[in-house]
Amino acid sequence: MSEQMINLTIDGIPVEVPQGTTVLKAARKVGIRIPTLCFLEEINEIGACRVCVVDYGARSLQAACVLPATNGMKVKTNTPEVREARRTVVELILSNHDKKCLSCVRSQNCELQKLSLELGVADENTFSGEQTAHPIDDGSVSIVRDNNKCILCRRCVAACYGTQAVGVIGPVKRGFHTAIESAWGMGLSDTACIGCGQCIAACPVGALREKDEASYVWRMLGDETLHTVVQTAPAVRAALGEEFGLPMGTNVTGKMAAALRRLGFSKVFDTDFAADLTIMEEATELVGRMQNGGVLPMITSCSPGWVNYCETFHPEFLPNLSSCKSPHEMMGALVKTYYADKVGVPAQDIRVVSVMPCTAKKYEADRPELAGSGYPDVDAVITTRELARMIKSAGIDFVNLPDEPFDRLLGDSTGAAVIFGATGGVMEAALRTAYEVLTGETLGNLDFHGVRGVKGIKEATVQIGDLALNVAVANGTANAGELLDAIKRGEKSYHFIEIMGCPGGCVTGGGQPIVSAQDRMARDPRMVRAQALYQADADMPVRKSHENPEIKQIYRDFLEKPNSHKSHELLHTHYIARPLYHEGAR
Amino acid sequence: MEIFRSHVLVCGGTGCTSSGSVKLVDRLNDQLGELGLDKEVKVIKTGCFGLCEAGPVVIVYPEGTFYSHVQTEDVDEIVSEHLLKGRVVRRLVYQDKGDHPSVGKSLSDIEFYKHQTRVALRNCGVIDPENIDEYIAFDGYRALTKALTEMTPQDVIDEVSRSGLRGRGGGGFPTGTKWKFAAASKDDKKYVVCNADEGDPGAFMDRSVLEGDPHAILEAMAICGYAIGADEGYIYVRAEYPIAVKRLNLAIEQAHEYGLLGQNILGTGFNFDLHIRLGAGAFVCGEETALMASIEGHRGEPRPRPPFPAVKGLFGKPTNINNVETYANVAQIILRGADWFRTMGTERSAGTKVFALGGKINNTGLVEVPMGTPLRTVIYDIGGGIPHGRRFKAVQTGGPSGGCIPARLLDVPIEYDSLIEIGSMMGSGGMIVMDEDNCMVDIARFFLDFTVDESCGKCTPCRIGTRRMLEILNRIVEGKGEEGDIEKLERLATTIAKTSLCGLGQTAPNPVLSTLRYFRDEYEAHIRDKRCPAHHCRSLMQYQIIDKCRGCTACARVCPVHAVSGEVRKPHAIDQDKCIKCGACYDACRFDAIIKA
Repeated sequence: MSEQMINLTIDGIPVEVPQGTTVLKAARKVGIRIPTLCFLEEINEIGACRVCVVDYGARSLQAACVLPATNGMKVKTNTPEVREARRTVVELILSNHDKKCLSCVRSQNCELQKLSLELGVADENTFSGEQTAHPIDDGSVSIVRDNNKCILCRRCVAACYGTQAVGVIGPVKRGFHTAIESAWGMGLSDTACIGCGQCIAACPVGALREKDEASYVWRMLGDETLHTVVQTAPAVRAALGEEFGLPMGTNVTGKMAAALRRLGFSKVFDTDFAADLTIMEEATELVGRMQNGGVLPMITSCSPGWVNYCETFHPEFLPNLSSCKSPHEMMGALVKTYYADKVGVPAQDIRVVSVMPCTAKKYEADRPELAGSGYPDVDAVITTRELARMIKSAGIDFVNLPDEPFDRLLGDSTGAAVIFGATGGVMEAALRTAYEVLTGETLGNLDFHGVRGVKGIKEATVQIGDLALNVAVANGTANAGELLDAIKRGEKSYHFIEIMGCPGGCVTGGGQPIVSAQDRMARDPRMVRAQALYQADADMPVRKSHENPEIKQIYRDFLEKPNSHKSHELLHTHYIARPLYHEGAR
Repeated sequence: MEIFRSHVLVCGGTGCTSSGSVKLVDRLNDQLGELGLDKEVKVIKTGCFGLCEAGPVVIVYPEGTFYSHVQTEDVDEIVSEHLLKGRVVRRLVYQDKGDHPSVGKSLSDIEFYKHQTRVALRNCGVIDPENIDEYIAFDGYRALTKALTEMTPQDVIDEVSRSGLRGRGGGGFPTGTKWKFAAASKDDKKYVVCNADEGDPGAFMDRSVLEGDPHAILEAMAICGYAIGADEGYIYVRAEYPIAVKRLNLAIEQAHEYGLLGQNILGTGFNFDLHIRLGAGAFVCGEETALMASIEGHRGEPRPRPPFPAVKGLFGKPTNINNVETYANVAQIILRGADWFRTMGTERSAGTKVFALGGKINNTGLVEVPMGTPLRTVIYDIGGGIPHGRRFKAVQTGGPSGGCIPARLLDVPIEYDSLIEIGSMMGSGGMIVMDEDNCMVDIARFFLDFTVDESCGKCTPCRIGTRRMLEILNRIVEGKGEEGDIEKLERLATTIAKTSLCGLGQTAPNPVLSTLRYFRDEYEAHIRDKRCPAHHCRSLMQYQIIDKCRGCTACARVCPVHAVSGEVRKPHAIDQDKCIKCGACYDACRFDAIIKA
């Protein structure tokens, strides 16, 4: 059946769009970018801010983001009345915004700031009056909320409720006193917040940000008695360049390593190494569960947002979680044991900093059970954004840096590891190794396209010898919850599931460079950044984890074999069911 | 059925109940019992009579004697004189201004009722709303029977469309068209919703219908369900209306017992059931999409339309939603026909409209008049004019979303479109009269204060814009207005009206815009001359003692801050530095020697 088409004119330009298309999208088709603020495609389409108003002859102006195009409609997007209305709306928003742009982390990447300039706001105090005052909620180790900057667009609420099915923030009170808060005004740390940071990624202004650990890292780097090493997650290299004006999807692995060395880290390691190690451990665990009648499906555990979600919302699936620590925690444990021995530095003098695309990793690093050496596996987690700020504040000319390699011993990696950053990547990496380990044959085609892409839930059946392995991949915790519910209802049955807490996986994690709503409409960062990783995989000489020479070496020299006693001590963990609200939080 | 020689109707509406009418019923029954008259005289607690100002109201039939301001201690006399001996208690009979004390008018001769036409309120004050038999005796459920047995759903929609009935909740959208849209939506499940979240300050039209004639709403909703193909409905009613809630529940229960709700109604195979949902008092929940969100258990906030409820409404299903008063007309339209309905009102506004008349007016209460009736008739003939010989200044219609209409436009007929043309609106039917003592800037400030408080906070213009307008108005009435404030108000008002998400925001600036249109000089006096022409705004007025003062000391004695001084029998004076402008001296003076300046 062919789609019914709608014909309308926008500013006199005829345009044909499928039925159901909004005026906002129809206008983009003919090169008219109607300004938006509360709109976040497919996540928050509620017509609340009224910045995108247009005139189509109705009694009042209509929000283009939610206005369906209809046949014969004549839309005007640029009349004096429309322009005046948009500017007035932005001026009103500014009248209850703290306007501390000079010290705001989102300055120059702020949708409100950009709109003010674009719409010609001449005086940010035109409608000055009473401003609401809120305490800053910085009790969470992952996320800081500053409602004094909040413009009540509700993109964070939509991300938290909709995309993530967590729902710990929402509008409270009403009218001028409306605020986005948790139940009973609790701090985020007292709620079931999973720390994924999708609220930050959704925020058009600086009302949500990561908890800053950069200053802590600067102090470590300045302390000469410490031996501070750094590791970087796969997804970081696919996005860091954006902070320096490079096009989305530019892989900056080499420049990143060079920059980290210039910041003063003693060693620059690659979490990709630990990703390969994770595959060894996880694939072995899966085979073990399948052969010994263990709990199935086994579910990956490398996404701390997902682990938090599982512990809080689906504790009945905790036995299904792989006992593998996430890669950077494995790396931390090895740095403070294996590496410490090799270089002769006592573990207590070593500090491990992880550069992650993730805010939930900050919480993960704080877990007391993640201390394989007797010391915390990881001492600080900074996001991709914090790293970019450190590089900028150090005056490093990032774009013109030479490409440098990671340091040896814990720096070598394979194509299987680098795709960990995209949804489906862990599954694909695991399948490459599982296939060869189980069958003893060499895998011909390494690309498992069935588990790639940004679909919320992906399923595939992979033939490994006699075994038809049923796998599923979910990204975003709402999709994860849906998948788990289907399993509970007995509708679905799998052997192995990969779950990433963030939609798109780590490339669009809560700690990654923030892409504005308008830019997201032009290019989907989930796909563009993932493409950088798949390209890196394709370019790698070694693309299977079990063929990583340093992995082979570490099993030979230190860990003996996957799932060995030593592996379990250092590389595996356990999980704890958590209540929705902490006792006494009210 | 028992036959009584006399019926005593006691108003059980909100106003009369709060001034003690329930006690009257008890006392009447006690007294009649003692005298052995309880088999001859029947006491009935009815819905609102409308003339709240005269409450508690008691009417004795068959004479039709209209007793006003009846107190418990008056009951014995009514029983022993009127009901036992047949002698009307003259001192309690309601009288119009200028009537001779011996005149005993029947209801239809009283000025207040003479100009009214009661369709929506036809059973209010007539039947016992807690007894379905009384409703049935007054043609109740005949319209439903007719619709189910003699008409197709399309016939019903056509009849409602032809009647010209428009939404009585304020918007004035043609009801038949709304039903047609809902009927046209294809779905296995549809809903009928009644908006009984009456929220305008001072308005109690819907409350009176629900309290006085609940079955009329049930019947109309069932008819609507039949017309659009819905088998389930919700009545969303304010929790602050406990009597209405109680009577609705009772009515639903009774209708079930009689097989007029539930499965296979009247053996026709038509199923229809109703639920009640209580609103927690947010004004915005009267907006249809917010109301449905609230029924669904979400925060009461509007969402953009389209999709309209007729396509995607309650629980995502096609839904028809009308206001109480709209439904109150439906059974009559089906029963008596669209042509009959069109004999009332005007071409574009057919039928009648109920208004809650309040403010500076002699007869406060509930009135129902044919559309097209001039405002003047309502205010002077029915309302009895302005008390204390004061001068009429403006009438505010449409509640907080409406506007103020000045004296020179009093002959404008009451119609949806004519009211919008003059900057106001029909609204749900609030009508507040103002006299020369009212400051129009302060009136605008008052209404805006209400919407600022009731804004849900979802869209920017309403959330922040109305607040900024209120701040400017607060400044102006405090004498701190600045040049440019009027222009700023106008710019904000235009943007808010043009860009707000829902009707609440779109109409919020109306009180300001209409007063700026008709009383701009008052704004200018406040801002430029720091003067309140009505001598109302405290910061811009003073109490002064003029030479009429006899030195009686009454003012000095009541002044709470000892600002009045003077010797006995000599003119007094007010120390303006001490005066807190409470007005106690002004009220206490018996010689008109204290003026506002």
